[in-house]
Amino acid sequence: MSIRSGDVVLFVSTKKGLWILRSDAARRDWALQGPIHLGHIVNHTVLDPRDGRTLLAAARTGHLGPTIFRSTDLGKSWEESTRPPAFPKGEGPPDDTPPPQGRNAFNRPRHLRVVDYTFQLVPGHPSEPGVWYAGTSPEGLFRSEDAGATWEPIHGFNDCEWAGVPSDEPGTPDGDMLHSVLIDPRDPTHLYVAMSANAGGVFESNDRGATWRPLNGGQAADFAPPDPDRVAGFDPHCVQLHPEAPDVLWQQNHCGIYRLVRPGETWDRVGDHMPRDVGDIGFPISLHPRDADTAWVFPMDGTDVWPRISPGGRPAVYVTRDAGRNWTRCANGLPADQAWYTVLRQAMTTDRHEPLGVYFGATCGEIWGSVDEGATWSCLASHLPFTLAVEYAEVG
Amino acid sequence: MKVWIPQPLLSYTGRQTEVEAQGASLDEVLRDLDRQFPGIRFRIVNEQDQLRRHVKFFVNREQVRSLEAPIGAGDEIHIFQSLSGG
Repeated sequence: MSIRSGDVVLFVSTKKGLWILRSDAARRDWALQGPIHLGHIVNHTVLDPRDGRTLLAAARTGHLGPTIFRSTDLGKSWEESTRPPAFPKGEGPPDDTPPPQGRNAFNRPRHLRVVDYTFQLVPGHPSEPGVWYAGTSPEGLFRSEDAGATWEPIHGFNDCEWAGVPSDEPGTPDGDMLHSVLIDPRDPTHLYVAMSANAGGVFESNDRGATWRPLNGGQAADFAPPDPDRVAGFDPHCVQLHPEAPDVLWQQNHCGIYRLVRPGETWDRVGDHMPRDVGDIGFPISLHPRDADTAWVFPMDGTDVWPRISPGGRPAVYVTRDAGRNWTRCANGLPADQAWYTVLRQAMTTDRHEPLGVYFGATCGEIWGSVDEGATWSCLASHLPFTLAVEYAEVG
Repeated sequence: MKVWIPQPLLSYTGRQTEVEAQGASLDEVLRDLDRQFPGIRFRIVNEQDQLRRHVKFFVNREQVRSLEAPIGAGDEIHIFQSLSGG
């Protein structure tokens, strides 16, 4: 693999390995490289923007335990974390339940949790070089202080009352997970996490993860009986914090699109302004890095038995430029009909150019890009495996 | 003793299919393998010291299911990975 200075890059993590799309600032022509880690389920690949050289990739296979691949030379060579994210070895009664069958450890005693896979990798605050965070399935939060070589559990989260709550039934198809780790750019001790889990929701820490509090007011939980006192048990799918206006958070939830302005505590369901025939259900949400009122979503069909594909077989991105009061369909160039894919929660992203580029990877293995903020789309790559994540990076 | 390494783990052993390891139990043998080939153990044994689901261990062609299984100096250990799914 050769990534060069000046490249703009999309890291495409898939169910069968990692691919890389390279271009230049014009973003007209893209070259596909790969596969890397062929055969591994690569959940997320991220370049450290602080050093511009360290790449981490969260991987597993269907039959080997999870690992973190590391490169410190922009992907020319890879090694593995010597201590990947793992829960502590438990003390207490033995686990007599049979091993989980391809999902995480539902009904496994809390002290015997096992990391099934690492889902999200997040570089730490710019003032903390070498620090990374990882969110796992089942839901766990981990921290590395050596650029991903070794990982330690954040006990303040993993042992809090909302994490690892056992269930007598399996969770989501890919297992309960901590999928969003957000760091306040003004304060490295101020963190948010979000998880789809038995006691899921958004949680906030002001002490670098030692203690947590729920931040779930205003969200719907249509899958549970009404409970005005509910503080957890919600299902955010993807939560984003605006990098230049970090009091603004957005989320695509199992039950709608929401926006929250701190110090507010109540999420506003701005997805109510989406077209009724499309709805506001989906997985990803991406923000404009210079405009806290602009966000893109990729709706899926959440009606009837929840087909979870593009509504009507007509894929479309929707954008709001006024904090969710109005939404505009962005489908010029996308298939007009009979296209039944969707986009998962880590598979849509933006770049930092002017005008902004927006990209998504579909479950059908197509990568789509727009260099005019969603007005027109072109297919950058096709025939790739089921796409799990797309991340953008600029190589200095 | 000799340990046979399955194909999915050959990236750890420099493509060696047969390696030498020491230990009086399966656990000790796997820890010795991990000293020689860092990272190999966590991919076949989880953090609760349970053998991962798709891994099978045979000592002298008899399957063992416990890390505490005793191992003798002349024993032969085969590790297999059973694939499933698409």
